[in-house]
Amino acid sequence: MDWIWHFPQIEGRTLRESARAVDQHYRAFSRAWGGSIEAAFRPLLDFLLWFESLLITTPWWLIIAAAAAIVWLASRSTIVTIGSVAALLLIGLFGLWEDTMRTLSIIIVCTVIAIAIGLPVGVAMAWSNRVRTIISPVLDVMQTMPSFVYLIPIVMLLGIGLIPGLIVVVIYAVPPMIRLTDLGIRLVDREVLEAADAFGSSRWQTLWQVQLPLALPTIMTGINQTIMMALAMVVVASLIGVRGLGQPVLQAITNQYFTQGLLNGLAIVAIAIIFDRASQAYGRRLQQHREATRNG
Amino acid sequence: MADARSGEPAIRIRDLVKIFGSDEAAGVADVRAGLDKPQLLARNGQVLALDGIDLDVAAGSIQVVMGLSGSGKSTLVRHVNRLIEPSAGSIAVLGEDVLAMSPRRLRDFRRRHISMVFQRFALLPHRTVRQNVAYGLKIIGRARHERREAAMRWIERVGLGGYEDAYPAQLSGGMQQRVGLARALATDADILLMDEAFSALDPLIRADMQSVLLGLQTELKKTIVFITHDLDEALRLGDSIAILRDGRIVQRGSTPEIVLRPADAYVRDFVAQVNRGRVLRVGAVMQPGSVDETSGAVQLTAGMWVEEAVRQLSDAGASLGRVVDASGKVLGTVTQAALVAAMVTPPLTSP
Repeated sequence: MDWIWHFPQIEGRTLRESARAVDQHYRAFSRAWGGSIEAAFRPLLDFLLWFESLLITTPWWLIIAAAAAIVWLASRSTIVTIGSVAALLLIGLFGLWEDTMRTLSIIIVCTVIAIAIGLPVGVAMAWSNRVRTIISPVLDVMQTMPSFVYLIPIVMLLGIGLIPGLIVVVIYAVPPMIRLTDLGIRLVDREVLEAADAFGSSRWQTLWQVQLPLALPTIMTGINQTIMMALAMVVVASLIGVRGLGQPVLQAITNQYFTQGLLNGLAIVAIAIIFDRASQAYGRRLQQHREATRNG
Repeated sequence: MADARSGEPAIRIRDLVKIFGSDEAAGVADVRAGLDKPQLLARNGQVLALDGIDLDVAAGSIQVVMGLSGSGKSTLVRHVNRLIEPSAGSIAVLGEDVLAMSPRRLRDFRRRHISMVFQRFALLPHRTVRQNVAYGLKIIGRARHERREAAMRWIERVGLGGYEDAYPAQLSGGMQQRVGLARALATDADILLMDEAFSALDPLIRADMQSVLLGLQTELKKTIVFITHDLDEALRLGDSIAILRDGRIVQRGSTPEIVLRPADAYVRDFVAQVNRGRVLRVGAVMQPGSVDETSGAVQLTAGMWVEEAVRQLSDAGASLGRVVDASGKVLGTVTQAALVAAMVTPPLTSP
C-alpha cells in the first residue's frame, strides 16, 4: 500500500539510464553531423561577419545619418528622428558604439530571418486549420520553454558562436511574427474576400492583393514584437559567445559592476525604443487610407 | 455558349435545393419526401435555405428576387456564380452547366462572364477608386494603361469623375456603391449580380442609384439579377420579379401582375404597402383597342405612371384619356375611374 503515500514514480536508476541513453545518442548524432550542419550554416555565418564588420567599419556619422534617414522615411516624425539621433550620439559618447553595432547587426539579421520564416508559416496557418492545430502547440513551446533549455542541444551540436546565438534568438523571436500574420489574415473582412472570389481571383492573387495588404498593420505589429523579443535575447545569446551589448552585461553580473551593466542595459533600451517608435509610426502611416478625410 | 437572341434564358435554375448543416444529401432526401423548413430544423438540425427553386432569367432583362431577411435570396444569388455550392439541382448560365465547371474554368467564368455588386460595397480600403474599379481587369492581367483607361471611362459613367484618386473611406455610401457598380461593369461581363446593392443607402441616394442603374441598363442591356427586401425597389427595377419566402418562390411576374393579381395573402400584404400610383403604368390599366379621333382629348403615354395620368386628366377636367406609345401610335383608352381604381389599395387580408 506504499503507492497511497508515495507517488509511484519510475525507478531512479531507469530514469538515469534512459536520460544517459538519450544524451549519448544525441552526442553521437552531433559528432556525426555537427560538422556538415556547421558547414551548411557557413554562408550565413560569413554574411553575418561581413555585415557586422560593415557596420563597425562604416564611419559613425554615416551610420547615424543613415539611421536618421531610415527613421524619417518610416515615421515622418521629427521628434522620433531627433530622439533616435540623440540616443545614438549618447551611445557613442559613452564608448558603447562598437558593441552597439554588433548587437544591431545580429538583431537586423535575426529579424529578417524571422520575417522570412514567420510570414509563410503564418499564411499557411491562416489558410489551413490543420496546419494551425499542428503549429500552435509548437509556438507555445517556443514561447514558454526557458531559453537556457534549448541552448543546451544547440551548443552541443554547433558549439558556441554567432550561428547558435542567431538560432536561439530566432527561435525566441519568431512566434509573434507567425501568430500575428495568421491573425491579421484571418481578420480580413469576409465580404472583401468574397468580392475577390466573385471576380475570379486565384488564391495567390487574393493573398497578394487583398489579404496581405489588409493584414499589413497587424503584420507590422508582429515585426515590432519580433524585434523587441530579439533584443531581449541579446544577453542570453552572449552566454554562448555572441559579442555585443550582452557581453559587458554578463561581465558586469559576474564582477558586480553596476554602472557598466546599467549603461549597456540602457543602450539596449535605446535601440529598442528607436526600433519600436519607428516601426509603430510606419504601421500607423500604412493605415492612413482608413481615415475618412478628403485630401488627407 | 447560348446566343442572347435565341430566346434561351441567360440563367436557368432548376429544382435548386440548398441545405445548411451536415449531411446535405440526407437532408435533400427528406425535403424531397415533403419535409418543410421548420420540420427539417427540428428533425435534422439543418437549415433549409432554398427549396426547389426554378428560375429562368431572360438575357438582357432585370430579374428581381425579393424577400425578407432569411428568405434565402442572398443564398440564391450566390449559386449563380457558385460562391455557394447547391445541395441539389442544376444551374446553367449562358448555356453552360455551372456545377460541371472545373475550378479553373469557374475562375475564368467569374472573370469574364459574371460580376457582382455587394450590399456593403466590399471595396479594397487600401486601393484608390481607380484601382478598385480596375480590380477585375488586373485579375485578368490587362496592361496598366488599358486598365487605367477602362477604369476612368467607367468612373465617368457612374458620375464619379474627379474622385478617381480618393480612397473608399473618403467617400459617402452612395459614392462607394458607384465604385462597386463601376468595378462590376468594368469587366464587361454579360451578367451582373446585385446583392442588396442599394439596401445600405439612404432613401434619396437609393432612388438616385436606381435611376443610375436604369439609365445604364437602357444602353448596356446586361442580364441583371437584383436582390432586394424592398418591394418598391423591386417593382421599380424589375422586368420580372420573383418573391421568395422561406426558400420558395411564391410568385413570379411583372410589376402589374404582382400588384394587380397577388398570388396569395403573403404577397397581398406586401403589395398593400406600395404606392401603386408610382409603380403601375398607364399601359397596364388601359383598355386596348382602336379609338376614333374625337374621343379622349387628353393624350397619355403607356409608360406614364398612373399617378401622373390621374393628375393630367383632372387638370384637363377630362374623364377619358387616349393612350399612345412612345412613337405616338394610339394603343387604346383609359378612364379616370379605372386609373383611380388601380391606385386604391384593396382591403388588407390580415391585421
